[in-house]
Amino acid sequence: MSATTEVTDTAVTAAEAPAGETRRGLDLGRFRDLSLIPAILVLGVIGFIVSPAFLTSDNLIGVAQQSTELSLLVLATTLILVAGKMDLSLESTIGVAPVIAVWLVLPTSGGRFNGLGLFPEWAAIPLCLAVGALIGLVNGFLILKLRLNGFIVTLGALTMLRGLQVALSEGQSIVELPSSFTYLGRASWLGMPAAIWICAALFALGAGALSWLRHGRALYAIGGNPEAARTAGIRVDRIVWIVLIVGSLLAAFAGILYSGHYGSISATQGSGWIFQVFAATVIGGVSLNGGKGSVLGALTGVLTLQLVVNVMTLAGVPPLWNQFLNGAIIIVALIISRFASGEKQE
Amino acid sequence: MADTAAAPANGAGGLAPVAEATGVSKRFGATVALRDARITIDAGEAHALVGRNGAGKSTLVSILTGIQQADTGTLRFSGEAAPAFGDIDAWRSRVACVYQRSTIIGELTVAENLFLNRQSPTALSPIRWKNLRRRAEELLGEYGVDVDAAAAAKDLTVEQRQFVEIARALSFGARFIILDEPTAKLDARGINRLFDKLRDLQRQGVAFLFISHHLQEVYDLCTTVTVYRDATHILTAPVAELGHQALVEAMTGESAAGTAATGSDRATAAAPTGEELLAVEELNLPGSIKDLSLSVRAGEVVGLAGAAASGNVQAGETLAGLHRPQSGTVKIAGGRLRTGSVPAALAAGIGFVPEDRHLQGLVADRSVAENATLTVTDQLGPYGTVLPSRTRTFAGRMIRNLDIKTPGPSTPVSALSGGNQQKVVIARALATDPHVLVAIRPTNGVDIKSKEFLLGTIRRVADGGKAAVIVSDELDDLKVCDRVVVMFHGRAVAEFDRGWSDRDVVAAMEGVAQSSPTSPTEQTEKHGR
Repeated sequence: MSATTEVTDTAVTAAEAPAGETRRGLDLGRFRDLSLIPAILVLGVIGFIVSPAFLTSDNLIGVAQQSTELSLLVLATTLILVAGKMDLSLESTIGVAPVIAVWLVLPTSGGRFNGLGLFPEWAAIPLCLAVGALIGLVNGFLILKLRLNGFIVTLGALTMLRGLQVALSEGQSIVELPSSFTYLGRASWLGMPAAIWICAALFALGAGALSWLRHGRALYAIGGNPEAARTAGIRVDRIVWIVLIVGSLLAAFAGILYSGHYGSISATQGSGWIFQVFAATVIGGVSLNGGKGSVLGALTGVLTLQLVVNVMTLAGVPPLWNQFLNGAIIIVALIISRFASGEKQE
Repeated sequence: MADTAAAPANGAGGLAPVAEATGVSKRFGATVALRDARITIDAGEAHALVGRNGAGKSTLVSILTGIQQADTGTLRFSGEAAPAFGDIDAWRSRVACVYQRSTIIGELTVAENLFLNRQSPTALSPIRWKNLRRRAEELLGEYGVDVDAAAAAKDLTVEQRQFVEIARALSFGARFIILDEPTAKLDARGINRLFDKLRDLQRQGVAFLFISHHLQEVYDLCTTVTVYRDATHILTAPVAELGHQALVEAMTGESAAGTAATGSDRATAAAPTGEELLAVEELNLPGSIKDLSLSVRAGEVVGLAGAAASGNVQAGETLAGLHRPQSGTVKIAGGRLRTGSVPAALAAGIGFVPEDRHLQGLVADRSVAENATLTVTDQLGPYGTVLPSRTRTFAGRMIRNLDIKTPGPSTPVSALSGGNQQKVVIARALATDPHVLVAIRPTNGVDIKSKEFLLGTIRRVADGGKAAVIVSDELDDLKVCDRVVVMFHGRAVAEFDRGWSDRDVVAAMEGVAQSSPTSPTEQTEKHGR
């Protein structure tokens, strides 16, 4: 990212040979985040050969729209992983937050799904986001205040929240959604789905914060060496907590887009996504050990996975093979990024 | 009494001491970490704080830097009361600290490390990276640190990292800096450069509190020394007035008569004439070792000295099977060793004490018993089983033999002091009853008492008919050796018999020796006799 790269041209003070080495290292670093771009281009060429339908704006916009919800979870996971933590419960938040919001809003009688009717319909979106923030807050409390193991805490939250969703929705899909709630997922702005614009804006915001804001850079410090970050005066726990809340907020927001896109909240919304999310994030160059990676790299990770699925669909690969190929692609992509970056993934 | 000697000097300057702690006490549960301790550091003074592990030095540092709050006592900086607890910025403008553990973040650039958490004036204003780099260059220039601000911090050498940490610590405006064992990870050359830098800073009026296990460094750098023992202040005196013996006595609380024994009483012992247990011929490891030949006989301790990049550590690691040499042979007790394999080296009879006990030596959360028997799990039960009873017996024997101070064999090794942890590492190396013990910097970061014991243990191993190789650049480690081979840029450049002078060995390590006083051939003849 620009943070480390725009500075390569002044290695004059150091001795000649080491300076050359530093320069090479930094140049590699500049492209490390984008090591999947060639893979995406190759996928594009394959897609073009396989089907004339691939390179149409309809198809590409479709791929982008389908990527939006997943990519928001990837954005959240990127922030959390860079700070050296993990949150598995994101995949349940994407389902449970909309269900709780709708449950609080929908009238007590008259529909197929009866809510509590406690709030007016326009409150559905703020409520959904509030539920997301609350989930992040509770996770943060358990991990940072009670010092529980984050992996297991969020694994528990994943199961618990999925169960809560099933219980509240009685295992059914909720189809009667307030129109304010579905607007963002359905609307089209300037010829493109609103979700794509919003996603792009959030990614730009995230990338900007990680490269140009102090608190964004603090995530790298915390993930890289929490003790050092503490001695540098960074409020480690507070920032990690905020990141966990922001992550859950993003997941709740992804839930809004997803519900709007499909016009209903399915009981399995988001179920099993976390594996894809982690795969996309890691092949996009984010380290599971924290302190390393970028938002744009993670974005290329999502796009790669989604393009593979799209190209395979267009090529007429039987859907029964999708799961196998998905897994294989993750491993191949890992191998590619391992050798493109030249760094071990431990 | 000793304090009063230093007092007039303070008064002459007319300045309040840059830092002054009185009556400081601190407990952690049942453990008393500090009891009514005090220290006074004058402006521009180089003050040493010494004491054995557990004397309370680290606690004092964390109280002086505002990381922990003292239970009782007062703290003043330049005559003013200490800032409120938790006001990190205020603390840092009064006292800077370079911690024992590196606080440099490898993934970030040097510039960002220097200005971590203050890259931009406010949290919401974007970071201007060019500007940040320029400020970093200015800061590095101000302290004369020759490091590229744009470099990734992970590419720096240990020494450069330390300079960056010092520059960062001082950039908050403090004129008082605490250095907690800054030389532990540096080689002799790096230490010299660090000291030059510190003297420079001292001329600019910066005061130091220097914490070190190496008493020689205290004599080299500091003007005043404070000794802590068992959580209390023992004495403060000008370094010049306190002899080596008196200082060790103050630290250990006992007469230092036994101190010199480990090394020097061996001088009279007969020259070793045992069979050749380790024979290294023409060993080559690209980039670090060139044509190294070495022969160690039973009963002999041989020092392999050299500065950080001399290849001596790599040579030791190669013997232990961590690196596969390009060419050359290693014979253990006459049998040829398959190089580049740790199990083969273990089976052939090499015991290995690695350089960094935290990284390579110990599994911190596992028990003393498990750690000590890690190399011999095949001997602890039939058919690949590990019987707890046998492990305990084995470990118990090790704990007795090596005098490891531990509540029991099942205590996690991380709960022991540095010196005792190192004993566990040695126990692990000796568990296989090796022909040759290879120890890399065996006394790194341990207190003076443990140091003597560890070196004495290695000596006893050799006296018991084995061979030992000590890889180190510390003169104290080398003093127990029968011979010292000095490496420079991968080659063995000099060999010294007993009775070498510090100056010659250091000169050879620094690559400024003229020619070796005793050539290797003479040496062999002497041993052949």
